[in-house]
Amino acid sequence: MRRGARLYAVDPRRTTSAQWADVWLGLDVGSDIALANAIGREIIAAGLHNRAFVERATKDFEAYKAGVEKYTLAYAEKETGVPAAAIRELAHAYARADRAQLCWTLGITEHHNAADNVFALINLALLTGHVGRYGSGLNPLRGQNNVQGGGDMGALPNKLPGGVDVENAAERARFEKVYGRPIPPKKGLHLSQMFEAMEHGTMATAYIIGENPVQSEADMTRAIGLMMRLEHIVVQDIFLTKTAEMAHVVLPASASWCEAEGTVTSSERRVQRVRKALEPPGQAKDDIVILCELARRLGHDWGQPTAEQAWDELRGLSSWHRGMSYRRLEDLGGLHWPCPSEDHPGSPFLHDRLWKEPVEGPPAPFVPVEHDPPVDKLTKEFPIRLTTGRRLDSYNTGVQTGGYTSPLRRGESLDLAPEDGARLRVADGERVRVVSRRGAIEAPVRYDTGLRPGLAFMTLHFQDDVATNVLTIDATDPKSGTAEFKATAIRIEKLAAGGGLPHRRRTAVGAAAREA
Amino acid sequence: MSDPQATSGARASEPAGTQPACRARGVVALTPVNVCRVCVVEVEGSRVLVPACSRKVEPKMVVKTDSERVRLSRKMVLEFLASSVDLSCAGAQVKGWMERYRARPERYGPPKAPAAAGERDAAHPGHHEPSHPGAASTVAQLVKLDNDLYVRDYSKCILCYKCVEACGTDAQNTFAIAVAGRGFDARISTEFANPLPDSACVYCGNCIGVCPTGALMFKSEFDLRRAGRWNERKQTVTDTICPYCGVGCTLQLHVQDNRIVKVTSPLDHSVTSGHLCIKGRFGWQFVQNRPEGCKE
Repeated sequence: MRRGARLYAVDPRRTTSAQWADVWLGLDVGSDIALANAIGREIIAAGLHNRAFVERATKDFEAYKAGVEKYTLAYAEKETGVPAAAIRELAHAYARADRAQLCWTLGITEHHNAADNVFALINLALLTGHVGRYGSGLNPLRGQNNVQGGGDMGALPNKLPGGVDVENAAERARFEKVYGRPIPPKKGLHLSQMFEAMEHGTMATAYIIGENPVQSEADMTRAIGLMMRLEHIVVQDIFLTKTAEMAHVVLPASASWCEAEGTVTSSERRVQRVRKALEPPGQAKDDIVILCELARRLGHDWGQPTAEQAWDELRGLSSWHRGMSYRRLEDLGGLHWPCPSEDHPGSPFLHDRLWKEPVEGPPAPFVPVEHDPPVDKLTKEFPIRLTTGRRLDSYNTGVQTGGYTSPLRRGESLDLAPEDGARLRVADGERVRVVSRRGAIEAPVRYDTGLRPGLAFMTLHFQDDVATNVLTIDATDPKSGTAEFKATAIRIEKLAAGGGLPHRRRTAVGAAAREA
Repeated sequence: MSDPQATSGARASEPAGTQPACRARGVVALTPVNVCRVCVVEVEGSRVLVPACSRKVEPKMVVKTDSERVRLSRKMVLEFLASSVDLSCAGAQVKGWMERYRARPERYGPPKAPAAAGERDAAHPGHHEPSHPGAASTVAQLVKLDNDLYVRDYSKCILCYKCVEACGTDAQNTFAIAVAGRGFDARISTEFANPLPDSACVYCGNCIGVCPTGALMFKSEFDLRRAGRWNERKQTVTDTICPYCGVGCTLQLHVQDNRIVKVTSPLDHSVTSGHLCIKGRFGWQFVQNRPEGCKE
């Protein structure tokens, strides 16, 4: 930014990034598509779209153009709460920029129409040609050190390692040959579908590795209820989490980033080495050792492979990773996939095929999408929009960051615009009852001038103290399986003097687990 | 503090030098502020000595790195620093330089008693007390212990400004600290000398990462040193990747007795340029809070 880059922050909250930005567009939660489509319409109306790129590298432009026709600046201002002039300015700045990137994170994806939100952004990149070139692109900023790598390694219900479709018979045969076993020909269930399967009684067992769904799932009360129906739960983790407390078997694992060898893949598809610096405590074991031992007891001898041997098997199967020997990863400080051979420098950005002469591969399709507001409607009874997120010094359900004392940490609070506080007659610091259609919790109020009236904010970091996910809705995106953590309708009630729930809710989950 | 051997241009008549601390070769993570003056060299045609850390090389430039004038200047700067600042954690290099330039800080007399708590923070520009005859003025004061993550021991501060730059435009852009006061009263300070938890500090620890004298130190290191258990020879340093977000920062885990004692990041890594956030720098405690006897 000091070298002249311009930053437009689109966020319901005036975050630190928004404070740094040239322009902050404080849109209403869940109005992203209305905004993106209006930007697209304005770019087309002003004749600023990249006609040559649209013509040669994309398809279905006419359908997109027709689809966004009704998203006028005036309509978008009404739906998003952002002044039309600001939307127009962003549209023109983005379209006219030599290079521009769209970066996003869970504010786009934790919605019931997560994939549509992403399509709306992809459409803008296709419209302007800001994709497939150095310095341009579409950047989902991943929130976990290996969420990219986990998917790349096939920890997705529909994928084999290297992004291969599990339902592709020819590809499957290639893997079966190396694995020496048949692979189920149909894709599996993603997390939200698993909870549905628990509800229908078609899923009886869960083997959970390094995840804490008891505290991280939306509509927590329902999630716990469904998990209690399971006949058998195995948890493999470095902590005795609330989920592990529910488990029938707990397999203590070593911390993968400092007590084991391996690789992780960051947000930019850069594969890097993690290394063992510490001996794990007690009987905690490397994940590879646990999995191989489990396989052996199930009648399959996988030997005792090292992390590098497991990686080399993967390299033999995944063209993305073929050129990434441990040696090269060490020497080069990581490599970006795809890296198909050992003389390949890696690929810091994707989709340059769209700029080849002639275009390589199929044209990139526009996917018209429609604005669809959050499922949890604001009504007179539930008039305040609660959105959830993270704070700098904490991480998800806090099992890791709870281990250190941060001077920045203030514990959980219901952050409110001071105007709302005054209107509802709740003081800064006052404990209140927060009620959604699914449950109620208590939390102290904290005034935050970065919030506009009508918008409240909470985190998921202190679930033992304030179980925010009791409030959230499990309406999920059918395409991605992500729940709408970002949009809950709540009301705020004053506590009667001396009444209300006890301060800590710690026992609720533990008690449920014991009953199970 | 930079290595007096380090020069931007000259390679002539250099004895085998040690690794420069200010600007490791090829690393551009830090803006040179050229305030400590230890690295001054003589440039032909220049009236004054110039700091090697920031002076750009020009064609046909003639640089003398070991002339009588340079040696005298370095000796004087080292004596001023060593007589007024605790350089015990500044690394073995400094001791070597003191010997090389025959610096004798003791000739300024025994150090004056440390300042009382808050005394240096309250000093106003233009009200400096004259130095005590026969005793060396020092910047000694109590260690600032106001949080669990890092300590500030300004008795060890040589005012190199690196922490200020790292907190500012070099890395973090938080601007929690600046130089307050003038002359001998100058010190690194938060706004109104507030304790860190009441300042703008976001605890990225990037100031610790660039501090060359140990004035800024992990609380974990400080506690071990105070207990007499800090032992760098027993430590291993292992590169791994941060367990938190998707940026993929390289962490260097400094481990002693199977416990992480501090975390740094390589200055020359393209992801971090040596800089981290609070979670990467301090958020590792969870791996050593677990009970030893996990049940199987």
